Amino acid sequence: MLSVLKAAYSGGAGKVLKQRRICTLSWRTVVVALALLPAAVGAPPTDSMEQRVQPCIACHGEQGIDLESGYVPRLHGKPAGYLYNQLVNFREGRRNNRAMVIMVSHLADDYLWEMAEYFATRDVPYPPPASPPANAQLATRGRILATEGDPARDIPACQTCHGERLTGVLPNTPGLLGLPSHYLAAQLGAWRAGTREAAAPDCMHAIAERLTGMDIQAVSLWIAAQPVPADTSPIAGPVAEPPMECGSVPLPGQ
Amino acid sequence: MSMRMSYLLTLVLAGALSSAAAQPAAAPEQVARGEYLARIGNCAGCHTAPGGADFAGGRAIDSLFGTFYAPNITADADTGIGRWSADDFWQAMHNGKRADGSAMYPACPYPNYTHVHREDIDAIYAYLRSLPPVQQQNRAHELSFPASARPLVSLWQWLFFKPGSFQDDPSQTPAWNRGAYLVQGLGHCSACHAERNAFGVSRGDGSAPGARIRNWYAPSLYSSAEAGLQAWPVEKGAALLRHGKAEEASAMGPMADVVFQSLQYLTEADAMAMATYLHALPDHDTEPAVRLLPVRQADLPAVMQRGQKIYEEHCQDCHGRDGEGSLAAPALAGNRAVVLADPTNLLNVIRDGGYPPSTGGNPRPYGMPPFGFLNDVELAALATYIRTSWGNAGTPVSSANVTRKD
Repeated sequence: MLSVLKAAYSGGAGKVLKQRRICTLSWRTVVVALALLPAAVGAPPTDSMEQRVQPCIACHGEQGIDLESGYVPRLHGKPAGYLYNQLVNFREGRRNNRAMVIMVSHLADDYLWEMAEYFATRDVPYPPPASPPANAQLATRGRILATEGDPARDIPACQTCHGERLTGVLPNTPGLLGLPSHYLAAQLGAWRAGTREAAAPDCMHAIAERLTGMDIQAVSLWIAAQPVPADTSPIAGPVAEPPMECGSVPLPGQ
Repeated sequence: MSMRMSYLLTLVLAGALSSAAAQPAAAPEQVARGEYLARIGNCAGCHTAPGGADFAGGRAIDSLFGTFYAPNITADADTGIGRWSADDFWQAMHNGKRADGSAMYPACPYPNYTHVHREDIDAIYAYLRSLPPVQQQNRAHELSFPASARPLVSLWQWLFFKPGSFQDDPSQTPAWNRGAYLVQGLGHCSACHAERNAFGVSRGDGSAPGARIRNWYAPSLYSSAEAGLQAWPVEKGAALLRHGKAEEASAMGPMADVVFQSLQYLTEADAMAMATYLHALPDHDTEPAVRLLPVRQADLPAVMQRGQKIYEEHCQDCHGRDGEGSLAAPALAGNRAVVLADPTNLLNVIRDGGYPPSTGGNPRPYGMPPFGFLNDVELAALATYIRTSWGNAGTPVSSANVTRKD
């Protein structure tokens, strides 16, 4: 079933499907995404979280969906704290994707948390990694930034906070694997430009501001080419000695 | 500045400070009541920006006349209304006058708030003053002429605004009177549900159609074919107000915001009162808010066939083969929201999807995926199929009426 999905998403030889309108979907994508969902076809809807998150899955699929207009990232297996922060950030204007803002703008904290937990506990295989960049200089720079950082410019290594395997760290730091380089680069660019924000102190904004365009390209290409380890779960956290303070929204009820 | 001027200014400032500071601390019950009333008035809907500090202003409100930025109404002395006395606040809410005497733009719905009793305004004032002051400068409105000329707002008030004073109608029940008070006053339902003329004035007699707001259509409360509650049991109307969901009816779009931010906090008695009043409003046909281009009769069979195919592929698993609905999706057969003369809301929901609000009475709503990949011809066909099948007596929608506006 997954191979069907992959073939349909990638349109054969890595060709991106033509997107027809706003959110992101093509006919075939939706047909295939819906066909994958046991609850969606034939069987009557059930009183379940699976049913309640159908609007999410329509665009995100299980592994994320790559489209001409932009990449819709995977949700499955990311830390609940991270997902919850993103949902609240969309609702409160720190992130601005129109489709997401419409989805979450009048959903309460408890429900958003429940959705975040639903996806956090789902284990779905990752797509294979991209090829490493042909340019050796870029590849080296990417590896150094991800694994050692650039202390002279106060840039911490990605691994310090996102985990040695880059599969994320509980409770709030997402894994970086299984994402295409153009999505990673777009996020770093958005952090740098301030169009993607987090609760203060916004550490990723601070880091992205220290990166050059070349750095962003290099580290995005390097991460996208990393093989996915057998164990993709985020590691227990929090990070013992974080290089800087990162804000997060309070959990429901706090 | 001359000595004399600065002396005068000091006097004025000191006077303002002492008049505000000299007020006795509000009783906790008054503050709690003020909090409830501020919710029902949905002050935060405009005065709290998304992700911003409570009541510190900054949210943009689009209008025919340009963009208003709601001001800071926290108790901060310099940037908020910390220097306002209870009388100043009453003047604003009741007469549309700021503390400096200038006229307020009716973007703030004081034409509705003017019906609110003094003791309720005082309670809201006490509540706002009980909150931490937030220093945040107001952003200037971005308006086109003549709306940009503030002195003209006084003229507007002189022409179109009459301060109100809500009087109970002794021939009606207490519930009806309470409902009328909330609907006409703090609830400011007519601010969205009635079309405004070129001067931004709503006709009060109910003959107007609903109004466009944020690219949605706020249907008329004076027609049971639109958003009126005349034909529903009062309990169903109250449930929709408070839970954002009642049988086939869901609050979506801007109304979902209103339920989420405001109406879900209604006491059951107040929700029943509002529904009682709305249930008793006159029920008449409203003027159509939009003229749809006709679909040629000869084209209809092909349009319907196309619409049915899309429906079967994407909609019927949740909405049912005959539009009967399921636990995850409302019935479309017999659902007045899909057959409104103006198809805007139906098209918005198909294109963008979304969830009804999560509320105390419906904390985990099911949602609708976006189908924005449908092109205008497909959308029109699907909308036509839904509006004219299973006994629905809506009009067909042509693709020319489907063009996105935003």
